[in-house]
Amino acid sequence: MDFLFSLWDTINQDYPVKLIGDLIKIVVIVGPLMFLVAYFTYAERKIIGYMQIRIGPNRVGPRGWLQPIADAVKLMFKEIIIPSGANKTLFIIAPMISITTALAAWAVFPFDDHLVLADVNAGLLYILAIASTGVYGVLIAGWASNSKYALLGAMRTAAQVVSYEIAMGFALVTVIVAAGSLNLGDIVRAQEGGFWHWYWLPLLPMFVIYFIAGVAETNRAPFDVAEGESEIVAGFHVDYSGMAFATFFLAEYANMIMISALAALMFLGGWLSPFQGTMFEAAFAWVPGLVWFFAKACIFAFFYLWLRATFPRYRYDQIMRLGWKVFIPITIVWILVVGAAVVFKLPPWWAA
Amino acid sequence: MNTLVNYIRSLFLLELWQGLSVTGRYLFKRKITVQYPEEKTPISPRFRGLHALRRYPNGEERCIACKLCEAVCPALAITIETEPRADGSRRTTRYDIDLFKCIYCGFCEESCPVDSIVETRFFEYHFEDRADSVMTKDKLLAIGDKYEQQLAEDRAAQAPYR
Repeated sequence: MDFLFSLWDTINQDYPVKLIGDLIKIVVIVGPLMFLVAYFTYAERKIIGYMQIRIGPNRVGPRGWLQPIADAVKLMFKEIIIPSGANKTLFIIAPMISITTALAAWAVFPFDDHLVLADVNAGLLYILAIASTGVYGVLIAGWASNSKYALLGAMRTAAQVVSYEIAMGFALVTVIVAAGSLNLGDIVRAQEGGFWHWYWLPLLPMFVIYFIAGVAETNRAPFDVAEGESEIVAGFHVDYSGMAFATFFLAEYANMIMISALAALMFLGGWLSPFQGTMFEAAFAWVPGLVWFFAKACIFAFFYLWLRATFPRYRYDQIMRLGWKVFIPITIVWILVVGAAVVFKLPPWWAA
Repeated sequence: MNTLVNYIRSLFLLELWQGLSVTGRYLFKRKITVQYPEEKTPISPRFRGLHALRRYPNGEERCIACKLCEAVCPALAITIETEPRADGSRRTTRYDIDLFKCIYCGFCEESCPVDSIVETRFFEYHFEDRADSVMTKDKLLAIGDKYEQQLAEDRAAQAPYR
């Protein structure tokens, strides 16, 4: 692992080595990410199947392991149909916007101590900004399709994402206040000290709100009114097929992984070992931080699927009520609480 | 007071956790999926699958062209034409069942006084041509011949209840 890190750091040289090195780093990040997305869909089908006492896909390859590959191949070879009434340029651009924003957010993401493509000081701000640009992909897709269902879906998404972004932003403000930094690496380092020092405990309500808002932000069940197959067929991507649809799909799942990974980073101490400060610390010292981080992110990814298997879709007005009348007041109050705690150096978290 | 309790309940997501615990428990339950082509569920002797025309053990067809099945068929799927045979007995010259019309209600089987038209347990069939959906007399008799043993067993098993 240390060898890999030193290899990663040697790339930090001057142009043009740096340019090539950065390109390699991007591939190193995006490649596994795409792989994860593919197998996240497999996990989704398996886990939801299991929760419905079914066994899910098990025909393609041993235990269905090749199912995502088969799906990808099928989608790649399908025709991309552009509706005659559609705005062709925007119709093609929309999925590109979605996937670009979904992938660009990973640029500032620290997977382990210093294992980050761009160690930006305002990393969290960058991620928030990029994530909110993602809604343009959906909006443009809905508009360009020239279909009432797509437009309705896009409108719903726009309203929902904008509403929940506020609650999510406020929840993240508490993290920023608590950590005293916008740099994602510094946020993790501020949680140093073991399980009870991670921000999930002092920021517990924000932790829950952040994740629920994140689910709403990515338009996943139970907040999937943007797709709402029982109401508006498939929402903004009704008219998309083949790889254009797959691109939306990839973007959606990459965003889900992003939200899960961010939750792990900001509330469960990222790459930090859960045994820090206990007698097991030395015993588990050999485990690379990347593994801890991945395990923590998986918890949230699993929650995504668990929620989808459990809850019926929210009604549109209920979503708005939850966002504006419940989450935003709670987050604002908690910002004050956390701010006071930090100012008055409330032990044990802010005693130093 | 009630409002306050409800408020706290919803604030702590109590009901949502209950729901999650249900699905969480089901995650570890034994799965009930039947792996279809390899595994099949048991089929009742009353199963209503593809139709067949039966024969007596001596090879004589059972159907006496009474047309009760044609009359009772709610989907008008059965078409029968008759003519006296050389030995003077009344027989069908045409016995067609349009499987696209058929709703597999089993009324034909129930109405038949000689247990001639029956429905078999066989349900895994397909057509490669639209015209193939019409089962002619020859095809029906052939199916009857093929499944006669099973058909006889099923009728015998059901005899006490009919």
